[in-house]
Amino acid sequence: MSKEALAERNKHVVDPGLELGLSRLTPDKIEKAIQRVLRNETGARLKMYTEMCVRCGLCAEACHYYLSHDGDPAYAPVAKVKRTMWEMLKRKGRVGPEFLRQAALVAYTECNLCRRCAIYCPFGIDTAYIIQVVRRICHLLGVTPQYIQDTAHSHSATMNQMWVKDDEWIDSLMWQEEEARDEIPNLRIPLEKEGAEIMYSVIAPEPKFQTQLIYMAAVIMNETGMDWTMPATPGWDNSDMTMFTGDFEIMGRLKRLHFETAQRLRVKRIVMGECGHAYRSIYDVGNRWLGWRNLPVPVTHAVEFYWELLNSGRLKVARQFEEPVTLHDPCNIVRGRGLHEKARDVLRAFCKTFVEMEPNREHNYCCCAGGGVINCGPPYKMVRMAGNKVKADQMKATGVKVVIAPCHNCHSGLEDIIHHYELGMETKFFSQIIYECMEKPNAV
Amino acid sequence: MHTIYNLVVGPLTWIAGAVFVFGSIYRLVSMYLSAKKKDPFLLEYMDFKYGLRSILHWIVPFVPVNSKRHPTVTVITFLFHLCLIFTPIFLLAHVVLLDTYHGLGFWTFPETWSDVMAAFVVGACLFFGIRRAVLKEVRYVTSAMDWVVLVMVFLPFLTGFLAYHQIGPYQVILIIHILSGQVMLAAIPFTRLSHMLFAAVTRAYIGSEFGAVRQARDW
Repeated sequence: MSKEALAERNKHVVDPGLELGLSRLTPDKIEKAIQRVLRNETGARLKMYTEMCVRCGLCAEACHYYLSHDGDPAYAPVAKVKRTMWEMLKRKGRVGPEFLRQAALVAYTECNLCRRCAIYCPFGIDTAYIIQVVRRICHLLGVTPQYIQDTAHSHSATMNQMWVKDDEWIDSLMWQEEEARDEIPNLRIPLEKEGAEIMYSVIAPEPKFQTQLIYMAAVIMNETGMDWTMPATPGWDNSDMTMFTGDFEIMGRLKRLHFETAQRLRVKRIVMGECGHAYRSIYDVGNRWLGWRNLPVPVTHAVEFYWELLNSGRLKVARQFEEPVTLHDPCNIVRGRGLHEKARDVLRAFCKTFVEMEPNREHNYCCCAGGGVINCGPPYKMVRMAGNKVKADQMKATGVKVVIAPCHNCHSGLEDIIHHYELGMETKFFSQIIYECMEKPNAV
Repeated sequence: MHTIYNLVVGPLTWIAGAVFVFGSIYRLVSMYLSAKKKDPFLLEYMDFKYGLRSILHWIVPFVPVNSKRHPTVTVITFLFHLCLIFTPIFLLAHVVLLDTYHGLGFWTFPETWSDVMAAFVVGACLFFGIRRAVLKEVRYVTSAMDWVVLVMVFLPFLTGFLAYHQIGPYQVILIIHILSGQVMLAAIPFTRLSHMLFAAVTRAYIGSEFGAVRQARDW
């Protein structure tokens, strides 16, 4: 879609979350909110980043949006900052609702906060941070896309992303335990086991519509002899859409509850499922809001966990996955946690043929779903599709039919791209491959 | 002409120098205080080893991926900065001044070297200007200030080169040279040129975040 066409369409995207919020605003209110955020919540970093950027444009080719839109300059990271923060700074916050609509669209749907640009900028300017500040401003003004705002409400009301009720959570776990006992009679999903070594946490979509992932995680835990538990109370959800809307207060409450749940259960560490943004929230954003330099309870991502299990010999390979695979390096666990080599170690142990995508590791392209963009819902699906043609090209070039993506949002994003660009590929989690190929000593 | 010359070489030099030195100190200190008060992670996560690692990787051309992708810009920018910084310091004419007025003499570049280096800076500025006008992604984010900053750097080197070769009315060119150099110096703490002060900070910070917190590489 050309820039003009997209701008035209953006003008008319009917998003009640934006429209309703904007209808309540006046230039005075907007100015006040912007000034408040700039004065109280930002400091040296924002000042340096916006002042010392010499507008060299070297960040442009880092961004999948820019590349997928054939070098449309409006999508370069520096351009996104120009269309949002620079204008706000120039006018000292005195901007109108129409500007704010465009700024919200840029900040929430045209940037995945993937930080690829931060490793392309000679000064290491963190564009994702600047866009986060813009989102914070939009959130405080009540101008957020409807779908993601709904998940924020869910977080606020139920402490999980998907309006899962307390009893639904327990029911889902017990249901999967029962299903799994058909295959592995001694399998249990221990609930509320105090003093266990591991508390396993998941994102809310898992009990809602991906329960088989809980099943497979339980099998992996059981068959490797892990001393684990899951909480039966709110605090089980490690996901965090409020980090992406700019609702940092709820983000703080969520992370505090998650850690306090682990502390209540007196576990040694939290192991979390294959999710990217949840890890970012726990490890990089939520903890900072709470003033924690590190983490009160250590957190291990699933990829690292599988790697440990393999290395310690607890997890054994029964057979190899025959189909050739490629690996998508999720932003939040690779640029965000350096797990690219461990992921490859696990992959090589379980998969016969591995074809790398190019570029890969820290330089991999984002799936375009992360950073809350896919969570902004259907109105923006085509924005994502148009914004990630490079990903489609990248995957197609591998020539394989299976892509492993150890992140839920990446799955959804890649599935959309695969479908839209007719790539005929399949996405998989590591847990699926491991479940299929591991030794299960207790299985009938 | 002589009174103007004495003015620029005397008081104005002191003023410009003071603005540069104290302005830079002021910016650095106020940035530090701002970080301490409002951006505590900047200080908390700053890590000497990983910060240095990032700086060292980016200070060598063709090590970072993006540097490899833009070989011309990399070479020109790198040489431009080297020439920009070292020519004024080791130029014979400048050292003679320092020696005459303050008894501070030291080694200088051979004149042909400084000539080439100054010419290179002038050529590089032209390259940056053309690049800014021609490349879409650069033009899109360009404002008047970007041109002002470029001219501020271009003028002292152009007029210095012209003065040395005695092209044009010598005394006028010389005075413009001194004035434009002073404007550039004084502008450093207060414009985009402050990247001279802050680039190492932001580079070290993102290096620290990527290295120490995220255990990934930022180049």
